Amino acid sequence: MTPLHEGKLKYLEELANRIREDVIEMLLEAGSGHSAGPLGMADIFTVLYFHVLKHDPKYPEWPDRDRLVLSNGHICPVLYAAMAHAGYFPLEELKTLRKINSRLQGHPHRTALPGLETTSGPLGSGLSQAIGIALAARLDNKKYRTYCLGSDGELNEGNTWEAILFAAKNRISNLTLVIDRNNIQIDGYTESIMPLEPLKEKFEAFNWHVLEINGHDMEEFVSAVSEAEAIFEKPTVIIAHTIPGKGVSFMERDYHWHGKPPDKREAKEAMEELRTLGGRIRSEHE
Amino acid sequence: MLTDKLKLNPKLFDKDIEMRPTRDGYGEGLVLAAREHQNVVALTADLTESTRTEAFANEFPERFFEVGVAEQNMATIAAGLGITGKIPFIASYATFSPGRNYEQIRTTIAYNNSNVKIAGHHAGISVGPDGATHQATEDIAIMRAMPNTKVFVPCDAIEARKATLAAAKIWGPVYLRFGREKSPVITTETTPFTPGKAEVFWRSRKPKVAIIACGILVYRALLAARELEKRKIGAVVVNNHSIKPIDEKTILEVAKQTGAVVTTEEHQVNGGLGGAVVEVLAKHYPVPMEFVGLHDTFGESGKPEELIEKYGMGVKDIVAAVKKVMGRK
Repeated sequence: MTPLHEGKLKYLEELANRIREDVIEMLLEAGSGHSAGPLGMADIFTVLYFHVLKHDPKYPEWPDRDRLVLSNGHICPVLYAAMAHAGYFPLEELKTLRKINSRLQGHPHRTALPGLETTSGPLGSGLSQAIGIALAARLDNKKYRTYCLGSDGELNEGNTWEAILFAAKNRISNLTLVIDRNNIQIDGYTESIMPLEPLKEKFEAFNWHVLEINGHDMEEFVSAVSEAEAIFEKPTVIIAHTIPGKGVSFMERDYHWHGKPPDKREAKEAMEELRTLGGRIRSEHE
Repeated sequence: MLTDKLKLNPKLFDKDIEMRPTRDGYGEGLVLAAREHQNVVALTADLTESTRTEAFANEFPERFFEVGVAEQNMATIAAGLGITGKIPFIASYATFSPGRNYEQIRTTIAYNNSNVKIAGHHAGISVGPDGATHQATEDIAIMRAMPNTKVFVPCDAIEARKATLAAAKIWGPVYLRFGREKSPVITTETTPFTPGKAEVFWRSRKPKVAIIACGILVYRALLAARELEKRKIGAVVVNNHSIKPIDEKTILEVAKQTGAVVTTEEHQVNGGLGGAVVEVLAKHYPVPMEFVGLHDTFGESGKPEELIEKYGMGVKDIVAAVKKVMGRK
């Protein structure tokens, strides 16, 4: 994978900021949904859809495409926004999120929208589905990679650990797991709800190759993804430390924003902040 | 009398009738399906031998995946395989799959419309000494209520093999239900098995009651019909192996002909075959009905025969239900 050159980095940072704006507008329009996770993962989704994935938005069922499996389906506003910008469907459709007759279900539904790889929402079952997809690739001698995006909170689920055991046993190395380590879940901070630390050591003890990165540093993410591609004897997890609500100061690091949308006033404030941030990104790179 | 053209086992009412567990049919059907379709893969959760997946694992080791004691993982890995061109068969005891992994099956297989075949073994009370924890008696209801799924309950080992082969050919989620114990082989190679089509196995000259059965209790329904014939009560016995989609046409035909129906299943009468039949009849042609099966109770340890008798699913119970339903005409 090619590293990010200066121009591409600027382009992606601006785009990630646009996607955050879209997330705010979608949630305001929908009147329900999750704010913190989508904002926190905007950088990673942007890099995946616009730099990492081999895909063709005009041919979503291309058999050799890389697969992106979103396990924690509730952060789908960021997935939908990234997909719309990539050209899977018109940007205007983003406003239909969670509404009747929409292809943009409150939690992603595979058969509703071309380009979605799985149906998700109930937590803890994305990694094993991604493993199934990766096994099929292995059986068919296909070269595509599968990326599974999951959350730290859903590591509470037993199904995830069953999948972690299986992936190590079968050396599923054509799969990269990315954990959004934002330290929050609905009821509070992960370490008070159900402590996960030492998380890196847990994965290592389960025979995984572990990389820890700053989830808002696009260059770091790209180099982690490249490293994962070169590891064949183990599955790789990238623990991406992110700030929940990233980009909107009053949402950042506050678990209360895990599962609620902004109201009109809050959305206005958020949009102003994001637009200022967008301006700063543009000027910084000039 | 037995329906000639269905070519049922000529030794059906003999004492030395061949006995084989329906799970054997799954094992044979799986191997045949795998030889026919390169995309068939199989997964087990530490129950390879007792779900009869061993022959497949030996012949197709690269297409076999042992997930350990992890039914939720088995269902979800299969879901991923099934949306990527494979035809995964997952096998465990029905209390664990679709029992423990109900939500994974619902979301990642049924709603996701992944091409996964779920084999629920050790179903029914005839599991015997293992007790109620291992006797699945709600699995038909669970899987029948789930959109996008089909549900087949074969009556013997031969039909089980045909149902397994048929499941591989049908696109989409299928639930197959098998028993642990040896049970009489009722059908032959030439007996038809068509998904969605019930078969009239027995029809007396002037039938006054229809016994609609599934699974291993089809045999007892036939014994009951023979017993009733001796008492000059004509009956029809339907092998309703396909719970979903259900054969409305045949059910309505026998209900209209007889005016009384008894359903017979090794399952809770709430939501199982009885529920499925009553949904058809209540809508189109209500007749008096009685239900042989478990009535809102769990099983217990014991020999299969003892349990079938104690919980009211024996031949005498079917005969009693027939008399009761005829009294209500």
